[in-house]
Amino acid sequence: MTVTDKTLGERLREHGISRRGFMKFCAATASMMALPPSMIPAIAAALEKARRPSVIWLSFQECTGCTESLTRSHSPTVEDLILSVISLDYHHTLQAAAGEAAEAAREQAMQENHGEYLLIVDGSLPGPDSNPGYSTIAGVSNYAMLMEAVEGAAAVVAVGTCAAFGGLPEASPNPTGAVSVMDLVKDKPVINVSGCPPVPMVITGVLAHYLTFGRLPELDQYHRPLAFFGQSIHDRCYRRPFYDKGLFAETFDDEGAKAGWCLYRLGCKGPSTYNACATMRWNSGTSWPIESGHPCLGCSEPRFWDAGSFYAPLSVPTDASGETLLAAGAVGAAIGGAVATLARRKVKTEAASRQPVTVEELEQKL
Amino acid sequence: MSGLHSIPVRVESDPGPHTEHGNAVPILHEIRHALGRLIESDAETRIDLNAIPFGPGDEERLVGLLGMGEVSASVEALGPTRVQETAVPGVWLVDYRNAEGERLALHLEVAAIPGILRTQREDLDTAIAELDARLQSGQAAPRLES
Amino acid sequence: MIDPVDFLLLVKGPLFVWALAIFALGLSVRILEIFVLGRRRNFAEPRAGEWLPGLRTMLTRSVADPGTFQRAPFNVIVGWIWHIGFLIALLLFIPHIELIKSLLGIYWPGLPNPIVDLVTAVTLVALVASLVHRLTHPVKKRISTFEDYLVWALTFLLVLTGYLAYHRIVNPYPLALGLHILTAEIFMILLPFTKLTHIFTALIARWYNGASFGRRGVQS
Repeated sequence: MTVTDKTLGERLREHGISRRGFMKFCAATASMMALPPSMIPAIAAALEKARRPSVIWLSFQECTGCTESLTRSHSPTVEDLILSVISLDYHHTLQAAAGEAAEAAREQAMQENHGEYLLIVDGSLPGPDSNPGYSTIAGVSNYAMLMEAVEGAAAVVAVGTCAAFGGLPEASPNPTGAVSVMDLVKDKPVINVSGCPPVPMVITGVLAHYLTFGRLPELDQYHRPLAFFGQSIHDRCYRRPFYDKGLFAETFDDEGAKAGWCLYRLGCKGPSTYNACATMRWNSGTSWPIESGHPCLGCSEPRFWDAGSFYAPLSVPTDASGETLLAAGAVGAAIGGAVATLARRKVKTEAASRQPVTVEELEQKL
Repeated sequence: MSGLHSIPVRVESDPGPHTEHGNAVPILHEIRHALGRLIESDAETRIDLNAIPFGPGDEERLVGLLGMGEVSASVEALGPTRVQETAVPGVWLVDYRNAEGERLALHLEVAAIPGILRTQREDLDTAIAELDARLQSGQAAPRLES
Repeated sequence: MIDPVDFLLLVKGPLFVWALAIFALGLSVRILEIFVLGRRRNFAEPRAGEWLPGLRTMLTRSVADPGTFQRAPFNVIVGWIWHIGFLIALLLFIPHIELIKSLLGIYWPGLPNPIVDLVTAVTLVALVASLVHRLTHPVKKRISTFEDYLVWALTFLLVLTGYLAYHRIVNPYPLALGLHILTAEIFMILLPFTKLTHIFTALIARWYNGASFGRRGVQS
């Protein structure tokens, strides 16, 4: 499959989509990309001229949740269009082909679109120093497949916390030596769309942005698009007024929980988590974890699996406990007692063996 | 699976309107500013309600506060879009939905008329040709599917 | 550029264990030394009991005697303000209560966040005022040592980093919170080796004063 020479505008008109339909498509795309509605004319102009890129999707050590998240969007027209507007040339779960035929198709797509295709990766992969046997596809190690695919890619999108930061496979004790895409790819632009799984509209929003503008959106220090990851959950949470007033749920079924109060005391990691869940929500805007009464896990942040219990508040240390205090205190008491006892003995012996001294002797000394 | 029927089901009544999250009020202020701009300089504003942290009930409260106006329209293009004028002149709710009726985006448009209702300039360019084609064939020419 | 998330996990994890251990160990050494070393034998006849006056003094010394207040009103008033403010921010702020609950198993109701926020702001101002006073007062200026300024800096930075984190003035948040926790850890580590031990020994000292006065039959 090659990149077609028709623009997106031409393809949409071929599909019989009217001008109004196209404007609606642009409005929905703008919303999906978290761009202000005032940008709709610019998006319309860009999409009119956009060409259909080839996309290769590599799945490594992943649970397929990211693909599920993307395709579980009740096939809304816009996401459908996005996916049909890109040429998804290789995807384990979604493609019909398997085995040698599939690998051959991938290689052909990579060759024909060399330097221009978009590479999407989900799942982490065993690093170059680990045993490659932990995860292979068609007998090829993940690492080798990634590095070969990256060579001809225009950009790499790491979808999901596993690909972006290592995710679950990288969690302690990291038996496969898993690393993230960003750890390995240094010479091509990498964009991380983290989340476990990512909000589906964020994935398509990033693709739409790339389609529209031909480049990746503005990124934060973790290479995540600022449009979706620039605000913390805490700053966009509808329960924030309760936090500010000091009204917290203390258990999962107390009056506070039923009244929808803040979930900080139940372990919510919202303050330190950056994602779009609070505004975009899940299942086409139905709800999201906090609205359903569960504290945020912080799933779009690096190493969230090892960041302490999901149900311990953010202010609680991850390793220390009351036992640490007691043990150290006991050792200290032993040391203190020993030192003080020795000192007492010294004082006693000196008191027993002290010699009286006259004023003249003192004046001579001083 | 007969055991399932013997599990008692208890419906918890929802908390009702007393859980106020107060996130609808700031939007009303934004609408007020947008109306000011529209009146002064004909500048149109579109507010994407997807980006607002609404809690349950906030959207209903906002829509209820704005009320219903005289005009409601539906546009069939790439699925239905419902346009509703609110009781506040110049403030429109534009609900974009897909073919399955699921919401794609909800916009508040502060304008004399929402963008999607206007006839697009590009369509006007082909209007005369369309009319001529219909006159000539004397029967309905194949319509552009929407 | 440090990775903010890794920084936060480091300070919340192994660093906290070390800081807590050094704090507990050092403090136990200091306190046990005090008790085991004991007091010198007093061979004079006791005029009255020593325990009751000791306990009473632990409470009554909370209020400065009129002479002290007249000589140093600034110290007494501003000192009270920032000490109480510090204690409110430490013990009545819900996230801190959760921290103490996880370590000691005890907890109590807290204050609403805006109130703690206001108290913290007042505490910061009072701390700055006390530094200015220390730098400009002729006697305090001369008798202040490096340790005095170090302890002031530790306390001020601790409250300041907490305030900055709460208001999300430093971004991203994991960096802000990490700095606050790191400052607290440095505070804990240095505590047993500085005058900060007064947090735990002040009451012991008050008892001692009251007891020795009471034994002599003198009001304390």
